[in-house]
Amino acid sequence: MNEASTGEPLLKVRGLYKSFGAVQALTDVNLDVPAGQVTGLCGDNGAGKSVLIKCVAGIHEPDHGQICFEGRPVRIRNAHDAAALGIDTVYQDLALADNLDIVQNMFLGRERLRKRLLDEDDMERAAAQTLANLRVTTVRSIRQPVGSLSGGQRQSVAVAKAVMWNSKLVIMDEPTAALGVTQTAMVLDLVKSLRDRGLGVIIVSHNLNDIFAVADRLAILYLGRMVVEDLTSNFDRQKVVEFMTTGGTGDTTVAAFGNGMVGRGTD
Amino acid sequence: MARTDQEPLPRDDGAGRDTAAEPAVDLTAASEAAIPLVPAEVVAQTLPEYLRAQWLRIRSGDSGMLPVIVGLVIIVIVFEIISPNHVFLEPVNLVNLFQQSAVFMVLGMAEIFALLLGEIDLSIGYWGAVGGVIAVQLVQPVTTNWPWIPAIIVALLAMGLVGAVQGTIITRLRVPSFVVTLAGYLIGNGVMLIVLGFGPFSGYPSLTGFSGNLHALHDLMWATVSPLLGWIIVAVIVGLMSIRLILRDARRRRSGLVAPPVSLTYLKIAGMAAIGIAVVSICNVNRAAIGVVEGVPYVLFIVLGVMAAWSFLLQRTRYGRYVYAIGGNPEAARRAGINVAMMKTIGFALCTLTAGIAGILYASLLGGMSNSYPGGQYVLYAVAAAVIGGTSLFGGRGKIAHGVLGGLVIGGIYNGMYLLALAVQWQFIVTGFVLIAAVMIDSLSRRAGVSGAGGR
Repeated sequence: MNEASTGEPLLKVRGLYKSFGAVQALTDVNLDVPAGQVTGLCGDNGAGKSVLIKCVAGIHEPDHGQICFEGRPVRIRNAHDAAALGIDTVYQDLALADNLDIVQNMFLGRERLRKRLLDEDDMERAAAQTLANLRVTTVRSIRQPVGSLSGGQRQSVAVAKAVMWNSKLVIMDEPTAALGVTQTAMVLDLVKSLRDRGLGVIIVSHNLNDIFAVADRLAILYLGRMVVEDLTSNFDRQKVVEFMTTGGTGDTTVAAFGNGMVGRGTD
Repeated sequence: MARTDQEPLPRDDGAGRDTAAEPAVDLTAASEAAIPLVPAEVVAQTLPEYLRAQWLRIRSGDSGMLPVIVGLVIIVIVFEIISPNHVFLEPVNLVNLFQQSAVFMVLGMAEIFALLLGEIDLSIGYWGAVGGVIAVQLVQPVTTNWPWIPAIIVALLAMGLVGAVQGTIITRLRVPSFVVTLAGYLIGNGVMLIVLGFGPFSGYPSLTGFSGNLHALHDLMWATVSPLLGWIIVAVIVGLMSIRLILRDARRRRSGLVAPPVSLTYLKIAGMAAIGIAVVSICNVNRAAIGVVEGVPYVLFIVLGVMAAWSFLLQRTRYGRYVYAIGGNPEAARRAGINVAMMKTIGFALCTLTAGIAGILYASLLGGMSNSYPGGQYVLYAVAAAVIGGTSLFGGRGKIAHGVLGGLVIGGIYNGMYLLALAVQWQFIVTGFVLIAAVMIDSLSRRAGVSGAGGR
């Protein structure tokens, strides 16, 4: 498999296993995520995408296997560990507390203190600065509760929350699933700007339009196994669909799309 | 905990999709719809703008403390008109009303910790009483004869421990708080009766007698500061709060942040001063038919102290922020690295500890403890006080001050009914209707918030 970048990738996952009771969610998964590139993580429902990113984000602890970050083997036991390394995740449900305002959400779990009390002014300034850098200008006040924002605004807040910590790796789970056309374009621009700043980005998506629009590399999971990892330019849509639905084995019985896009063997 | 189960994450996502799915909705339009939910202070630069923003918020259903204040005014007007000889607003009755309400207020503040976390605590009625009984028993001269301060500290620590145990069971074993605290309600009732039975008091340890320690506990509710000292204390409190408000606004303006209009700040200060002057004036009237009883009762400062301490904890510290986050979205809190189980356990410990303060005040009000203490009724009054005050039953929304205002409503009804010599059944029925009204307002404002915002 030809590597997209020379040298050590930012994130290197090797031989990852994870099971929940009798369900084997991940089997011997490898993944490379270089800095300054967008890696698209694809797979059908239940392929293990969410489990994989949760292992990297510190929500799940893998049963086996190694995660290397910036060349060093690391153990990520919780969200704090991940954050300390510079790994931040934007979940599909955004993980925002509707009753808290934008500033409070952006600093949740990492509040700035002055004399052991919350330093609201400092946090407010920093949050405003980050939103301005990301050109999120539509919110009326950063002191309004997140519950009063639109879907696109909420997504922007979630992204801003993830990137304001000098992150090195940003993981985005279905960032455009809840968005309309304009807002999707806005979020994809945001993804590109993260990449241009030299961050590693993992974007999990069902939407092949989004994947082909922003991803430099593709990694495809099938039933808990990593079946292929390569530059996006080496794929076409049909091939991606084949990998997602059959794992590239050509087993047409699994490919039940019914629109002519059946698997045909990859070699 | 229960909320996460009921509201699976994908549904959240679906709700977001509904509002955002129409393509080319521009964000400004969405934020127009959201204006009413924005705190009025942060969008308004002038007083008229502030009032307009506040009005929009109320119309959208997010009424804050308005219903409870309107409710209080209605209670005052109605009872003043129908009470015999219009005694409701007599200073002697108002002070009496506050003393009766103090127990409800502190219990209400206790319950707010559980409610903010999205949980409920049904046990604090009896556990609070256990705290009261422990304190009363420890200072009895013929038995332990403890000084009153250690007696109170031990009683409160015991309650904190009970709350921590209940909280641990709820969070570590994942048992719904409703069930655990229902069990705690029964256990607390039993423990109260057992502790009441210690010593030669046949279940009625009293605070009357010659011991200074007995008096000290009795004084919590009944002693007063001298009229002059009352003025001085209130002036200092209002002064300090005003300076804090002014300095905070000035600091925010200096560092380029939005601050509320100056006129609003001065209005707030004037309001605080007016309330302070009214309270001290009322309390300084001689309330005794024979002799002299005047001045602000200690209990007023105790209630204010509890309110100030817990408001400070919830609004200014990291712990408080986590309580709100957990109540708003426990999953988001967990992912932010917050130890949700630990924070909840601390919340339950603080809840029961605060109930212990209420129990000690109850003992002080009655001059002792007895087995006729209505713990079941009181815990429901605690929930009612919190909800009537404006705290949401669904977690994440509410303030400690709501417990004080709600407790005042309950105490007002209680007191007014007593003046009318109405039987206790009518007191239950009226309180019940007030509670239903408060819960309806809570539900309606939630619905208005959802439809207005497209969020949850």
